[in-house]
Amino acid sequence: MTAAETEPRQIYDAVTDTPSSYVREPDGVQPPLDYPPYKSTQLRHPKQPLIYLPQTMTELTGPALGSARAVGPLDHDLTRQHDGEPIGERITVFGHVYDTEGKPLRRTLVEIWQANACGRYRHRWDRYPAPLDPNFTGAGRCVTDEEGRYRFVTVKPGPYPWGNHYNAWRPAHIHFSLLGRAFAQRLVTQMYFPGDPLFRYDPIFNSVGEVAGRKRLISRFSIRDSEPDWALAYEFDIYLRGPGATQFEEAF
Amino acid sequence: MIFPPTASQTVGPYFAVGLPWPDGPFAVARDTPGAVKIRGVIYDGAGTPIPDFLLETWQADPAGRFADLWGHAGPSELAGFRGFARVGHEDGDGSFEILTVKPGPLVLPGGSIEAPHIDVSLFARGMLNRCVTRFYFADEVDANDADPVLATVPAERRETLLSRPIEGGYEIDLRLQGPGETVFFAL
Ligand SMILES: [Fe+3]
Repeated sequence: MTAAETEPRQIYDAVTDTPSSYVREPDGVQPPLDYPPYKSTQLRHPKQPLIYLPQTMTELTGPALGSARAVGPLDHDLTRQHDGEPIGERITVFGHVYDTEGKPLRRTLVEIWQANACGRYRHRWDRYPAPLDPNFTGAGRCVTDEEGRYRFVTVKPGPYPWGNHYNAWRPAHIHFSLLGRAFAQRLVTQMYFPGDPLFRYDPIFNSVGEVAGRKRLISRFSIRDSEPDWALAYEFDIYLRGPGATQFEEAF
Repeated sequence: MIFPPTASQTVGPYFAVGLPWPDGPFAVARDTPGAVKIRGVIYDGAGTPIPDFLLETWQADPAGRFADLWGHAGPSELAGFRGFARVGHEDGDGSFEILTVKPGPLVLPGGSIEAPHIDVSLFARGMLNRCVTRFYFADEVDANDADPVLATVPAERRETLLSRPIEGGYEIDLRLQGPGETVFFAL
């Protein structure tokens, strides 16, 4: 490894790259914590109103794990983590991590986890009687490149049943975790696949109030980026909140 | 051009497939002088400990410096300081424990001083977005009295943000609802 690869401070400039605050998200952008159609929210949402937290240094900074955490060369390839290949439809999932100003987030950690092609997680709580795949764990991680791009190789996850209501099934999805560059940018979300017939029945997907917001959670099939005789490609761009108006002075 | 942010979705019941790290609970190297544990129990609205959650913390070092890319007030010089902890349980007893150091106070641009605090994100099945709170320290009485964020919290609820000294560290419980409901913040 060269010094440039291990020393991220050469890439970022403390003055130009650190916002003095991040935008507050307008109502309706994020799903509500209290959402009765998703039953588990009932006992797990604060009932008192949230208190506005002025963004100070702690919220404007974040762990530099893109460089500090060891990411192995095969961590992004969920089809090559075992002796054999997993069963299922091989796909690549790729995209950019941007902020809401469209600036790419370089060297930020992207983590994913998912069910196998049959819709079963390698998790002892998952009792869905679909087969486990000895060649599939379902976890991956990578760090975005200089243009903010990430790419995973995996198999398309299956839909799976859950206990929220009678005949409840989750649309096929891949879970995403993003650290961004600041505590204020932390995001955990789910990526869906285009045209899933389960969208209209799923309270988690529909907890995002705006049609456009739900649409942004659906990946885009890309024939251009599909690899002949090998894998179909799905593109999913992620936008973390960007810089906003300075709040320090007015708050204190 | 401004793009709308990507919406949050729940971490779900199966995050343990990918998110917990073996060294996650350690915000500092294990042999760091002055290291303290911070532990507690997370309760749901029925008063039952939550068996499945992911808790993350982010903080400055004792000198008020961060282990981030941008080096606010200069990057942390504390060896092995990550400032970030992640503790996740799929089937626990509701309790968490991290190892860290007590952060120093932070001087704000306007000159006021923030009391030592740790930012906290809580993720779980049944949470469509993270719940954000802060850990303060009950033994920092004067600093807490002068803290501009605590000043915005109704006096009768401030105590829910104060970790209490115990042998080897601090203890603070999180309550999602009901008597003593933890103060959660909107960022
Ligand atoms: Fe899932």
